[in-house]
Amino acid sequence: MLEIRDLHAAVNGKAILKGLDLTVNPGEVHAIMGPNGSGKSTLANVLAGRDNYEITGGQAILDGHDLAELEPEERAQAGLFLAFQYPVEIPGVSNMEFLKAALEAVRKAQGKEEWDSVTLLRKAREACKQVNLDAQFLKRGVNEGFSGGEKKRNEIMQMLLMEPRLALLDETDSGLDIDALQTVARGVNSLRSPERGIVLVTHYQRLLDYIVPDHVHVLSDGRIIKSGGKELALELEQKGYGWLTGEEESA
Amino acid sequence: MSSQAELDKVIRSEYEAGFTTLVESDTLPPGLSEDVIRFISAKKGEPEWLLEWRLEAYRKWREMPEPEWAHLHYPKVDYDAISYYSAPKSMEDRPKSLDEVDPELLDTYKKLGIPLHEQEMLAGVAVDAVFDSVSIGTTFKEKLAEAGVIFCSISEAVQEHPELVRKYLGSVVPKSDNFFAGLNSAVFTDGSFVYIPKGVRCPMELSTYFRINEANTGQFERTLIVADEGSYVSYLEGCTAPQRDENQLHAAVVELVALPGAEIKYSTVQNWYPGDENGKGGIYNFVTKRGVAHDNAKISWTQVETGSAITWKYPSVVLRGDNSVGEFYSVALTRHAQQADTGTKMIHLGKNTRSTIVSKGISAGKSSNAYRGLVRMGPRAENARNFTQCDSLLLGDRCGAHTFPYIESKHPSATVEHEATTSKVSDDQLFLCRQRGIDPEKAISMIVNGFCKEVFKELPMEFAVEAGKLLEVSLEGAVG
Repeated sequence: MLEIRDLHAAVNGKAILKGLDLTVNPGEVHAIMGPNGSGKSTLANVLAGRDNYEITGGQAILDGHDLAELEPEERAQAGLFLAFQYPVEIPGVSNMEFLKAALEAVRKAQGKEEWDSVTLLRKAREACKQVNLDAQFLKRGVNEGFSGGEKKRNEIMQMLLMEPRLALLDETDSGLDIDALQTVARGVNSLRSPERGIVLVTHYQRLLDYIVPDHVHVLSDGRIIKSGGKELALELEQKGYGWLTGEEESA
Repeated sequence: MSSQAELDKVIRSEYEAGFTTLVESDTLPPGLSEDVIRFISAKKGEPEWLLEWRLEAYRKWREMPEPEWAHLHYPKVDYDAISYYSAPKSMEDRPKSLDEVDPELLDTYKKLGIPLHEQEMLAGVAVDAVFDSVSIGTTFKEKLAEAGVIFCSISEAVQEHPELVRKYLGSVVPKSDNFFAGLNSAVFTDGSFVYIPKGVRCPMELSTYFRINEANTGQFERTLIVADEGSYVSYLEGCTAPQRDENQLHAAVVELVALPGAEIKYSTVQNWYPGDENGKGGIYNFVTKRGVAHDNAKISWTQVETGSAITWKYPSVVLRGDNSVGEFYSVALTRHAQQADTGTKMIHLGKNTRSTIVSKGISAGKSSNAYRGLVRMGPRAENARNFTQCDSLLLGDRCGAHTFPYIESKHPSATVEHEATTSKVSDDQLFLCRQRGIDPEKAISMIVNGFCKEVFKELPMEFAVEAGKLLEVSLEGAVG
């Protein structure tokens, strides 16, 4: 479903991805690991279409759509969801209002039936419960005054409702305590399905204890330098990234 | 909230209210003189004192210079090119009910979304609609009469309640207060009058819709609201105007009198035609709005300003009585070539008086948006307090936002707090919305609505929805 071939990308004109190849099939969970500055977050943002993240070569194809040709909202409508590393606040816009607008746009584009307000509210409450967020959060401004952990859980809550075809999670584990980590992992696991691809971008192996990946890739200097199964992540934890990149790193 | 389909329809629509109703008018030739004022006064069958009052205002106005201090640029208005009286002809014989009203007039209101017939049935809101200069339909009068509330056109009040009009007209905004108020005092044709008796809570929200119709006809509404001791009233004002090429002058005066213990809540959604992209054909809106709050009284202004080529407007409160409260909540949105210089004045005279100012300015296109606010603590204003919050949001980089706060304190125990912020809709916020599938225009509108929430929550429910919709329409094409 996701085919990335020889992808080159630049951020504000600086080359970050330098020929990346990756194939994600439906039903698979991939973990992208690597040291800081290796291009992990860049990959997530390039795929989602953030401003100033520019594809300079190669291709990323999602279900036949060349992502480079789609606006960010069209990528979302094609089923791509990015759980942000640093979710931004939108003061005064309630979570519920935001979800309603998002779901209307995406479900309409995908030809799915529209949810009426009652259904939406019921589903949203269920999703909140799944990630241990009080339903009161639906009334609050998007991420407004949320703690770091609440913001991350809010992202997962949105993801549960959006039912994406491809979910990208950008360092969703960073800054979470063990309870929150397990909650987030439960949410992600509940989304695993033969119809859906999941890509976890993470620095640490710890998340992968709870979301067990099918494939693990190590990214370094804009390329995937090693791929393997879930055991690769454990090996990385023991040996650090220096073992692969040839550099000292205190991960 | 409206469904997506409705919103889409609204977003696509050009200025829907841009049409002209073909009603024969009994219109004066352009120009202003004492004869014109005599004509207006005679046409309305006014008593001698009111004619004299108008003439006095006119004589003073002729000697007043037009103000130039505002952060506004516009060609000089030629006051002799304006016609000062216009009434739909079919009004010569007053219709006894709405059924007798010119169907074309009623159709005009339908296009504006205010079908009077339906509003009669929909409980809650009484409408005194001003079409050009003469009121054509007043509803719910009986229900109000039961409560002793007087809600009628000011012309009618002059006839029916001369003692009240004579006592309070010009008591808050004197006829020589300022250039535009002076002009209004000389030539005002109609407007609303409200009187709430002692201790009465007005049983419904009162509402007026204004509309400019005749080409080159200035509109000079005069509104007077008197809330007697311990009473309460919420008043809604909304306006819209048809598209045309000449600039149209609008100089209204609104006076509020809140007697001891009374509360007046005055809400406005203003959508005058703003002109095209270059400001051509837009309304010039020079309004004087002021209230006097006596002991323990409260006056609250809430406004959503999206229209007009030029807005010059400072709804103010004179906190005359001890423990009186003044509030001003404002959203002003400018786009294209619109210019707004708006804000408030809080004049603290009494002890323990309190005022709150929350102003949200949104600028898009190449527009200019200025907040101008005066907080004055008088020598007797012991323990008076003011809090001002003034936020500006910029969309794009060709627009401007300006803040001109004036603070004068003559009492050492008075407290004045002022907070001001200027921000842009951030790329990160926009990206979050777009990543969730929301198109940029909808996203901007949502973010801006969120920015305005503190003000919108002060509006009555239906009005808040309408205001949100207005912003949505107004922000069309504001992205990028």
